[in-house]
Amino acid sequence: MEERLRRTMMFVPGNNAGMVKDAGIYGADSIMFDLEDSVSMSEKDAARMLVYEALQTQDYGDSELVVRVNGIDTPYFKNDVYAMVKAGIEVVRLPKVESAQMMLDLVKVVEEAEKKFDRKPGSTHVMAAIESAKGVLNAPEIAASTDRMIGLALSAEDYTTDMKTHRYPDGAELEFARNMILHAARAAGIAAFDTVFTNMNDIEGFQRETEHIHELGFDGKSLVNPRQIDWVNKVYEPTKKEIENALDVEAAIEEAHQKGSGVISMNGQMVDRPVVLRAQRVIRLAKASNLINEEGEYIEK
Amino acid sequence: MKNNVGREISDEILNSTNHKPFETTEIGHPTVHYTGHNVRVTKGDDKLVDSLDQVIKDNLKDGMTISFHHHFRNGDYVFNMVMDKIIKMGYKDLTLAPSSLTGVMNDKVIEAIKAGTITNITSSGMRGSLGEAVSHGLLKNPVIFRSHGNRARSIENGNIKIDVAFLGVPNSDRMGNANGMNGESALGSLGYALVDAQYANKVVLLTDTIVDYPNTPASIKQTQVDYVVKVDKVGDPDRIGSGATRFTKDPKELKIAKMVNDVIVNSPYFKNNFSFQTGTGGASLAVTRFLRQSMLDNDIKASFTCGGTTSPIVKLLEEGLVKKVMDVQDFDKGAASSMKSNPGQTEIDGSWYADPDNKGAMVDQLDIAILSALEIDTDFNVNVLTGSNGVIRGAVGGHQDAGTAKMTIISAPLTRGRIATVVPAVNSITTPGSSIDVLVTEVGVAVNPARKDLIEAFKKAPSIPLVSIEELQKRAEGIVGKPKPIEYTDRTVALVEYRDGTLIDEVKQIKD
Amino acid sequence: MDIKKTALAGTLESSDIQITLSKGDNGVNIDLDSSVEELYGDQIRKVITDTLAAYGIKNANVKAVDKGALDCVVKARTMAAAQRALETTDQPDWEVF
Repeated sequence: MEERLRRTMMFVPGNNAGMVKDAGIYGADSIMFDLEDSVSMSEKDAARMLVYEALQTQDYGDSELVVRVNGIDTPYFKNDVYAMVKAGIEVVRLPKVESAQMMLDLVKVVEEAEKKFDRKPGSTHVMAAIESAKGVLNAPEIAASTDRMIGLALSAEDYTTDMKTHRYPDGAELEFARNMILHAARAAGIAAFDTVFTNMNDIEGFQRETEHIHELGFDGKSLVNPRQIDWVNKVYEPTKKEIENALDVEAAIEEAHQKGSGVISMNGQMVDRPVVLRAQRVIRLAKASNLINEEGEYIEK
Repeated sequence: MKNNVGREISDEILNSTNHKPFETTEIGHPTVHYTGHNVRVTKGDDKLVDSLDQVIKDNLKDGMTISFHHHFRNGDYVFNMVMDKIIKMGYKDLTLAPSSLTGVMNDKVIEAIKAGTITNITSSGMRGSLGEAVSHGLLKNPVIFRSHGNRARSIENGNIKIDVAFLGVPNSDRMGNANGMNGESALGSLGYALVDAQYANKVVLLTDTIVDYPNTPASIKQTQVDYVVKVDKVGDPDRIGSGATRFTKDPKELKIAKMVNDVIVNSPYFKNNFSFQTGTGGASLAVTRFLRQSMLDNDIKASFTCGGTTSPIVKLLEEGLVKKVMDVQDFDKGAASSMKSNPGQTEIDGSWYADPDNKGAMVDQLDIAILSALEIDTDFNVNVLTGSNGVIRGAVGGHQDAGTAKMTIISAPLTRGRIATVVPAVNSITTPGSSIDVLVTEVGVAVNPARKDLIEAFKKAPSIPLVSIEELQKRAEGIVGKPKPIEYTDRTVALVEYRDGTLIDEVKQIKD
Repeated sequence: MDIKKTALAGTLESSDIQITLSKGDNGVNIDLDSSVEELYGDQIRKVITDTLAAYGIKNANVKAVDKGALDCVVKARTMAAAQRALETTDQPDWEVF
């Protein structure tokens, strides 16, 4: 399976008809419909129905569709999962995950639902939001808990509360959690998503944080506002040098392919597999950033 | 018969109103004749008067044509003040020929129609309760909608023969030298009123600020003015602006604006000394901001902007990114009050701006126009006048005129609430598709197939998601569903002229 | 199925519709207030009626205040109002979904 770009996971409050309707137009790599924190207790049923009906009828383009269901210990959990599996959601995101067992419990309900609603077994993926010290420490086993896993996400609000701290501009309070989650995700071969940045007026702070998590190696970031999508994509844009190098690698792969040779070489040197993988990722990013034209050449913006 | 954009125009209307059906956007080089006007000779010592009643009594007769301007927009006090007196004095069968009608005038116009004072209207547009009333048949004779350029043209050629022009001005001297840029109710450019001042048989200025003689700069000159009437207050400067001068935070508007900017930057017109016109509203202001950045990044300056002026446009002038702002009206207080301090913010009249029948208008030199639409159909015909429910709720404004730009871009969301913007057929045609080149929506950019050069240019820019307008229409319908057709009666309530005076469409009365 | 209590779902925000369901004894009566009445009034009424029928609700008074909601929103809000009125919110009717 080709790895997808997951630079941006846009939160959409599940009971907001206008936002649910328009979620597809902003070009987010992933759209995360929220049935949990953004929906009041009295509206859980209504949000579930709204998201269900929207998923049945609206065009969300190429975005990966994710739903954050209510916690496993809530009375809404099972109905949320059932409804979303019936709707054919791609990924169910479970909040406040602290153990691999919680993911297995989720998968059990997903399996039931797939069977009940004639969905292809295994077609529904899952991901975990890590929101506590325990969750961070158990991240490796959570990441490897099931074949259905596609990613781990850090949720900093609850996590910093649990850690008896709060958010700081330099992000030092999140350093361990970020690295732990990132390593757990990479070791399991799944994606890692950074936490949201909620202050829409602090554009510089947002950019600083995004550059930081990009440098660490995160796939992307959870977002609270569509305006943040462009800002993240800008940070993830490969440089001209990276793109040109990646295009050379691609040409070398093509040449080896033509020759029927298993060895890829460039400028007389053998090209290693990590170099190939990085080049492929750069090309994917460059295409998504509109930096490569129809003829496959780099273009200046 | 059907005109050249496929709209049914009744022979009865063509005969009774002496119109020709719309054929083409090409104006050609006809020789036209400008009409004259009466001049009551005076040395001018008798011009300054207190009694508006007396002025009306001495100059207005039943059946005459009166005019006003709309530069004070929703801050206008003059229209209601004058109209109220005219109704009370019992006048009948007047033709109302303002540059446009704003919401604040609606109730008084309706009252005047009901009283039989007004029996004919020609305007750029109408909105709200007045549009509703006219669409439901309140006015006996059809309203004639004309673009700003066409109004200037029609005044020049005598199709609109103004008997008395009542023009509110923020300042004047006792002889009638006046401008729009000074005074408590400064409105900036008096552009549309200047044509009235030049061609009306009688010109009545109303002002709350009498200044020393001689008043300069004089946009309206003493040679044109019959009376200067001192009134308490001509307008509320805080309500001249539409309010939308802040940078939008609406992500959909921002997305559209960014794509409009991408279209401009990747077009062959984006080079030094290009010219452009933007409109008002959130997305338009956002375009101006994105364009500013692109001009800085590419070291490109514009030779001029024209049309309605906003604060962000004035900012470009002050930064030296735009060399001249050719200003026919000002959309906000900032733009209105900056005219006096910016020599490059130049007042132009409606004819200079957009008249198709003169020796060359600003719009004829325009590279890029960014315009809005209530609806656009798959032939790129645009409606800015009637809602999808058939009710009159907009204005032709300068849409048809600026549409003659080398590249006319329509910027509009695919849907608004449950109303589709891209439709199989527009409710009424304001601007013909042959003058529209590009449609930008939040989900894609459609280029008029006639503009193969633009399609080729945009293909090289992967950031521009090119789609056909048919795809956009289908997508819109997929979202909102198929609406029930509107039911009309056979009666025509409004005529939409193209800028050359031909009939581009008729608006029918809504069935109750 | 009989309505047990008056129930409301949806909001008055743009693109939403607020549905209030109450007991009725003479079929489904819909009082619709919509900005797009001329264009989509019939369609909105049909979605509401069909959705109520799917729950077996034959008698009800419906007050609907529409702010330009799409059909999927009209259906979702009617579903929520119906299950609330039937006091079955905890047991979603998967047949209707």
